[in-house]
Amino acid sequence: MTNEDLKQKILTIVPSADFTDPVYEFLNVTILPADLRKLAEQLNSDPDLSFDYMFCLTGVDWVTHMMVVYHLYSTKNDHTVVMKVKIDDRGNPEVETLCDIWKTAEFHEREAYDLFGIKFLNHPDLRRIFLEDDWVGYPMRKDYVDEVNIVEL
Amino acid sequence: MEEVAQNIETQEYFINMGPQHPSTHGVLRLMLTLDGEIIKKVQPHLGYIHRSIEKMCEKDSYQQVVHLTDRMDYLGCHINNEAVCLTVEKGLELEVPDRVKVIRTIISELTRLSSHQLWWGVMGMDLGAITTFLYGFRDREMITDIFEETCGARLTMNYNVPGGLMFDIHPNFQNRTKQFLEHFKKKLPEYDKLLTGNVIFTERTKGIGYLSKEDAISYGVTGPSARASGFSCDVRKKNPYSAYDRVDFKEILFTEGDCFARYQARIAEMWESMKIIEQLIDNIPEGEYKAKTKAVIKLPPGEYYQRVETPRGELGVYIISDNKKNPYRVKFRSPGFSNLSALDKMARGFKIADLVAIMSTLDLVIPDIDR
Amino acid sequence: MGFSIYDFSDFINNIHAFLIETFSPAIGNIIGMAIVAVCFLGFIALLGLSLVYIERKVCALFQQRLGPMRVGKWGTAQTVADIIKLIFKEPLMTKDSDKFLFNLAPFIVMIAPVMAISLIPFASGLQAVDFDIGIFFIVAVSSIGVTGILLAGWSSNNKYSLIGAMRSGAQIVSYELSVILSLLTIVVLSGSLQLSVIVESQREGWWIFRGHIPAIIAFIIFIVASTAESNRGPFDMAEAESEITAGFHTEYSGIKFAYFFLAEYVNMFIIAAVGATIFFGGWMPLHIGNIEFFNNAMDLIPPVIWFFMKVSAIIFLLMWFKWTFPRLRIDQMLTLEWKYLLPLNIMNILLMSLVVLTDFHF
Repeated sequence: MTNEDLKQKILTIVPSADFTDPVYEFLNVTILPADLRKLAEQLNSDPDLSFDYMFCLTGVDWVTHMMVVYHLYSTKNDHTVVMKVKIDDRGNPEVETLCDIWKTAEFHEREAYDLFGIKFLNHPDLRRIFLEDDWVGYPMRKDYVDEVNIVEL
Repeated sequence: MEEVAQNIETQEYFINMGPQHPSTHGVLRLMLTLDGEIIKKVQPHLGYIHRSIEKMCEKDSYQQVVHLTDRMDYLGCHINNEAVCLTVEKGLELEVPDRVKVIRTIISELTRLSSHQLWWGVMGMDLGAITTFLYGFRDREMITDIFEETCGARLTMNYNVPGGLMFDIHPNFQNRTKQFLEHFKKKLPEYDKLLTGNVIFTERTKGIGYLSKEDAISYGVTGPSARASGFSCDVRKKNPYSAYDRVDFKEILFTEGDCFARYQARIAEMWESMKIIEQLIDNIPEGEYKAKTKAVIKLPPGEYYQRVETPRGELGVYIISDNKKNPYRVKFRSPGFSNLSALDKMARGFKIADLVAIMSTLDLVIPDIDR
Repeated sequence: MGFSIYDFSDFINNIHAFLIETFSPAIGNIIGMAIVAVCFLGFIALLGLSLVYIERKVCALFQQRLGPMRVGKWGTAQTVADIIKLIFKEPLMTKDSDKFLFNLAPFIVMIAPVMAISLIPFASGLQAVDFDIGIFFIVAVSSIGVTGILLAGWSSNNKYSLIGAMRSGAQIVSYELSVILSLLTIVVLSGSLQLSVIVESQREGWWIFRGHIPAIIAFIIFIVASTAESNRGPFDMAEAESEITAGFHTEYSGIKFAYFFLAEYVNMFIIAAVGATIFFGGWMPLHIGNIEFFNNAMDLIPPVIWFFMKVSAIIFLLMWFKWTFPRLRIDQMLTLEWKYLLPLNIMNILLMSLVVLTDFHF
């Protein structure tokens, strides 16, 4: 499907979807956490879309809000979409897990939790993945200060 | 027998494989739940070599980011460098000279060859045939020598800069590469003789660690490991970059999805890499080795994503720029990280010895996973 | 005292007689035993040193490199340096390990080969003990070694060690059957368990040639099974460095580790020596039937040299296995023994019995 078709299709699933992010290579769609499960399930199961391969999942700290970015690709239909979830509550971001749909999300969500503090609800095993269990703070946040381990030049 | 087995009370136990273990090849820690020798569960514990490269990137200029990527997948460092450079060039909408594209492709393929050679040696060693390790290193030495001559370094090469290459290739480069190809074409069948046809080796790998195509896609397994399950995911074919669109090579696909298929996929990939180098080595176009770039690179605001095919799978570089001289956010989607997540799925029900074989055929590089 | 490189019996008997004459018979015997013990200890030490060196050089040969070259001429003093290092190394021990058993295990592992080596006829008359149940005795004492390995694994308080010990137990107990049965095949042919008699019975030709097909099958089974019994690659599951770190000797260091190491090499020597004695005539030169000229020419080479040549050839074969093959998995290895080697072996004995009954051998 072309990006334009994709856009129409996604709009039928989530009417409030936001397509204002410029398209460099992939179609960007920004949604709210409440719509995430619905859209993700549809993206995965709808035969026209069938996004079966999540090749990237990451968090972004936009200082005003938190964002989770999912890069999805369909091996059957050869199209790509970037799904972004905007979480307004930056202090305590929460979003539904997608690791039952794309298994690869399990590790990537743990990474995002570890580094950004984004809580993925219903995740089967949400623990820190890289840092120690008693690490204080979430290093990839923009306001993270660590005078011991980070040397400012 | 069955009845007796049921009546005996057994207990599952845990065992820590790593962080110091000969076959985790680095500081990976696996917590195994075992019933006798049979694996019930594998829980990877990561982070022993986590350096937060992504955080460091946020403080660095784009030229500096390239150098950090060497430290992720040190066996495919050239390809990591290239990934970052391609992303930055994409952001700058910079067209690099043809010469650069061809040289990058040749060096990428040499890197892939050297990585697979090391993998082959290590794979044999994991299965108990220590001789393969020395054979793999013997042939890899020739490639590292070529790299050393051209860019001064043997492991962390830093040969790419945004816009092109750091310097031109050494005048000897083409000759030595051709010599190497001639040498290695004779040696690769020897690899086959030593392992591929060996009864013990096939017994140890056939039917072990099965991964279906659906699972490979769902777990995000990429590279030769996924192509052995039939998941066609070669970025060089799907999204050609550098000079891959002008060379003729096959995407290696197998359907068995077991350790032996993953092994064969990598061996076949070595032949394809040699084919690619052969097509390009005599056709390096004349021209500049670097496009003109500013000393301070500022990417226009936006998001750039570039995928490349490393020896282990698909490396994604995701750069978010806010028009400053350093990136706002850099994410490396490392292939090893996703490949590792399928380990539990693949290893359940097999034995400890099989787990070693499965890990070998996944070709894990720990700094690449931990970043 | 008549000394001949071709027959040591006179020489040994003369020493014996001299000792008994000079001292009383009791003390003379004891001094004789002490001399034999010292000789064997020296021999074992020398054997360990040289076999480790040879193993490294053979390994290097297969891996297209030079091996140790720095210490001494062609690295010959390398193993001496290693032994010195091992002696001075701190003997570590894990917390809560069973100290008594932990310290005992290396000695038990060492006892087996030392007892077995006394039976080996190095040349005519050059044999410490010559039991009439020689093969039975060798097989019996060599199974003591597994006790030491099990103890080492159990007392180390380490799960890897325990897995290694359990694997080793299963492996050695099963492969012992094959070793015994393959040796019995030749015993059927030679009609004696006494090693000197077996050697003597090969005066007209080695059993591997005279026993033709069943003897060759028996030899192949013997080599496979004894490689497994000595825990060497491709059957080194008990150590399996890449799977269970170093198996039963993970926790051993220093001189205790050296004992395990030494035991492995002495075991290898015993395997080769028993194989050479049973199948290749021991110290007996290569004789073909009644061709006088050829037999006399062969007799010119001293028996000791014959013996060590044969042993070296088999040791080289064992090393060749180790440095070429990948390791088997534990269940595959047990399958190989119980489903293939053992039935084949039993059939082979029947075949050999038929051959002997019908006199269908050379």
